[in-house]
Formats: sequence, structure tokens, C-alpha cells
Amino acid sequence: MKFSFGTLLKEALSGHRGWPRQWREPEPKPAYDVVIVGAGGHGLATAYYLAKEHGIRNVAVLEKGWLGGGNTGRNTTIIRSNYLCEESEALYEHAMKLWEGLAIELNYNVMYSPRGVMMLAHNEHDVRIFKRHVHANRLAGIDNEWLDPAEAKGFCPILNIDSRLRHPVLGAALQRRGGVARHDAVAWGYARGADALGVDIIQGCEVTGIRRAPSGEVTGVETSRGFIGAGKIGVVAAGHTSVIMAMAGVRMPLESFPLQALVSEPVKPVMPCVVMSNTIHAYMSQSDKGELVIGAGTDAYVSYSQTGGLHVTRHTIEAIAELFPVTRRLRMLRSWGGIVDVTPDRSPIIGRTPVPGLYVNCGWGTGGFKATPGSGHVFAATLARDEPHPIAAPFTLDRFVTGRLIDEAAAAAVSH
Amino acid sequence: MLQIRCPWCGEDRPEIEFRYAGEAHVVRARLPADESDAAWAEYLYLRTNPKGWHAERWHHVHGCGRFLNAIRHTVTDRIAVTYKPGEPRPTIDDQQGPTP
Repeated sequence: MKFSFGTLLKEALSGHRGWPRQWREPEPKPAYDVVIVGAGGHGLATAYYLAKEHGIRNVAVLEKGWLGGGNTGRNTTIIRSNYLCEESEALYEHAMKLWEGLAIELNYNVMYSPRGVMMLAHNEHDVRIFKRHVHANRLAGIDNEWLDPAEAKGFCPILNIDSRLRHPVLGAALQRRGGVARHDAVAWGYARGADALGVDIIQGCEVTGIRRAPSGEVTGVETSRGFIGAGKIGVVAAGHTSVIMAMAGVRMPLESFPLQALVSEPVKPVMPCVVMSNTIHAYMSQSDKGELVIGAGTDAYVSYSQTGGLHVTRHTIEAIAELFPVTRRLRMLRSWGGIVDVTPDRSPIIGRTPVPGLYVNCGWGTGGFKATPGSGHVFAATLARDEPHPIAAPFTLDRFVTGRLIDEAAAAAVSH
Repeated sequence: MLQIRCPWCGEDRPEIEFRYAGEAHVVRARLPADESDAAWAEYLYLRTNPKGWHAERWHHVHGCGRFLNAIRHTVTDRIAVTYKPGEPRPTIDDQQGPTP
């Protein structure tokens, strides 16, 4: 069913009883051309673009839990493309361009809201690195501008720019095209789009093994719902990538850490943009429901627990209360954790692996949501053609052997 | 927050006294220049990252200042045992690990 003003009006008049299911719940077939492991935003986007742009529709997306229930539903939904290296600029800007047309592309409102992302500088080093980012981005045709403290406060009036703060605001880098989107809607929109093109989304189906032929190439996956044959396997399993890849005997340059977020009780609109602070490990925006959405740093240690230490969120809350004094008496409603797969250079890994037929898209670490459309788009092309999409080409697994790293530790914006 | 027993101090201390120092028992080659690129990348970057028992190093920075090793379960975060560097890795029979 195509959403339009006409269908909305018809359903409004008939009590909203005629809306169909947005995607099927199929039984797994014995085999598929491509099996995607992980039905988060990146995996669903991959399946969607495989079907839409490459005509590969005999595709299954396997999900051990429910669709969009991992990091897609747990992140703070920030979208920006102000990364430092040319390779990353190309990748994240590719995603940004897709975000701008995504609701129309999917006929699904992903509530993309380019309200501006402002990154605060608190010391001389921050100022220099952010100015370097601004210059690098502008050379690449990506919008990013430098604001002095008064201009930063003008853009976000609740910001405290008192020079006596423990970490005073010395300036900010602002990407006006940056913003937020509705994370669930992104997963649902891609799921609906992929399903309509014939992709089977199979939830509650955990991959427990990867079967390989004597010659080495993959033949399918063992799952909690039986064996499913596959010509190609794309692993898009975020924090669990190391676990899945170990099933094929591949060791990954990844570590999985809990990353926490929390939301306040809903209040009237006070926050017109996204503000991030690397130095004091805090970022905040306001959802359409009125909750202040706050992101914290990662825990120090490897964990799959989807919870984190209270001292991590406490540290973030202290920073938020200092930067935004208006929040000091707010109550927090919920906090949670997601498991992020972090690479040594804070850049993702997209492409082939040493195992024929096995592909991986991982290592998005603390900032994968912003890349969802671009990630799926270039990974689908890589899977379909068996050669890296030009934008994905630098993000190979073997860059850790050749030494050609893409260091984005400063742009990743979350302390690790 | 984790409670970590420092085998040097002999006391359970809160996690914020310590700094995490990565996977334990990752051995640096005696002559890195003689290593192949792949072997050197393995040492620098490849990690087990298991869902289960994990041998890891901690640095008691706000205590005795010394390093220690711990075996912790990465789903429950329970620490089964801590031991001094140089001691062999203990085996943990309990594969699942009781929830705390």
C-alpha cells in the first residue's frame, strides 16, 4: 500500500481499521541468493538496495531478536557528515544525500530533521581540531562552520557559555545540514520497502554457524530455525560481528563495548538543535515527544551486556547539567545500553573477507546510525558486484595489514 | 560499576580506581621488524572479543599502580578470578557463568 494524503484521509474516515501489515512474516526458504545476518537499519537497507538497484530479490534478512531492536532502536539518532578524512567525508556525505530524499524514496516518513549539529570546543586542542575539520569539510564541499561562544549560544539559547565553567565553551563547529531522524521509522521504512520487493525478513532466527564447502566458500548458515542455504552471506551484526565471524574462523579487528543513552521526562521545546561535546562526553537533542535525548560515553571494557556502569551516565549527567543549567531539576525516565563494535581507527569495515562468499559491514562503532542509507547502499553494490563500491573501497578489512588506516578518532565524537 | 579484587592489594575495589587495559595474554614479538605485516597486524589489532569468558588486563592506577589480569564474563560482567601478570590463565569450567 502506498501512503498518500488520499489513503490517510480514507483511513481517518473509516477509523484506521484498514491499514494492512507493513511486511510479511515468512517461513525461511531452503536457500537464498543472499542472506543478510542482522535486521537493523544497515542490514535492512542493504537488502532494500540489493532488490531495488541490483535486481537481487531472492534475499533473506535473518534477525535473532526483532527488527530494529539492536543499536538501530538504541542510538541517539544524530546525523552529520563532518568527518575529517576524504574517504570518510565521501562515505558519510553519500549517506547524508540519501537521507535528504529518503522519506520520498521509501514512501515512509523517517522524520529526518536537519536542525543543525553543533560540536563544542572546550580547550585549545578542541578549537584547533574542529577548525581543521571545518576547513577540511569546506574543501570537500561539505557544510561546516566555526562559531564563537556568543554565536553558539545564539544557535542554542539554553547553552551555558560562562567562562568560569570547568570546561568553558570556547567555540563550536556547526553543520547546519546535520540533524536527527526517527530511528524506528528508518528500520520500518526499509523493512517495508525491502519486503515489497520480495525480500524475506525472518525475525527470531539466530545464526549459530556458517557452513562452508571443502573448497572454502560459504554454502549457508545454521540457524535456530534450521539450515538456510546462501550463495553469499552479508554479516551486518554490529556488536555481535566478532561472534558471527568467528563461526567462519575469521578474527576481526573489533572490540564490543556498551554505549549508554538516556531520556528525560518530556518537556516543552527548549532545544532547537543537536549539541555534542567530545571532551566532556555528552550530547543532547530533544525528541518530538519532548524528551531530552542524552548520549553518554562507552564503558571501558568489552561487554555484550547491553547495560553499562552507572558512573558513566552520572559523568554525562554532570556535564549536561553544567552545559545546560535548565536541565538540572529534570528527572530521567529511561536509560539503556547498546553494544557497539569499535575498530582501532574508528572507521567502519565494508567489503569482502578472506572467506569466499562472506562479506562484512561492521565497525561503525558509536556512530553508525547516521550512515544507515549510505552504508546499505554501498554494501549492496559490493555484494552484488563482488567488488567494492568506489566509496566503500578504502574501508577494507585488510587496511589493518597494509597500514592504510582511516583515523577518525576525533570525529567519532564519543570517548572510548 | 564493577568490583575488582586487586591481587596485589588483596582488596575488592571499585572499577573507577582502575583503568581497563585490553585483552590479556596478547604477546608482543621480540623483534617486531622481523614479523610479517599480517602477524604484526594480528598483534596490534585483532582481538578475540568473545561473548563469554574474557581474559583482560586492568591497571590499578588509583591504587597500587600495578597491572593485573581478570577473567570476566562479557554477558553478565561477573569477574570469576583475578591474578597477577605472568601467571597462567586459569580455566573457568562454568561456561555460562551464574548471573550476579
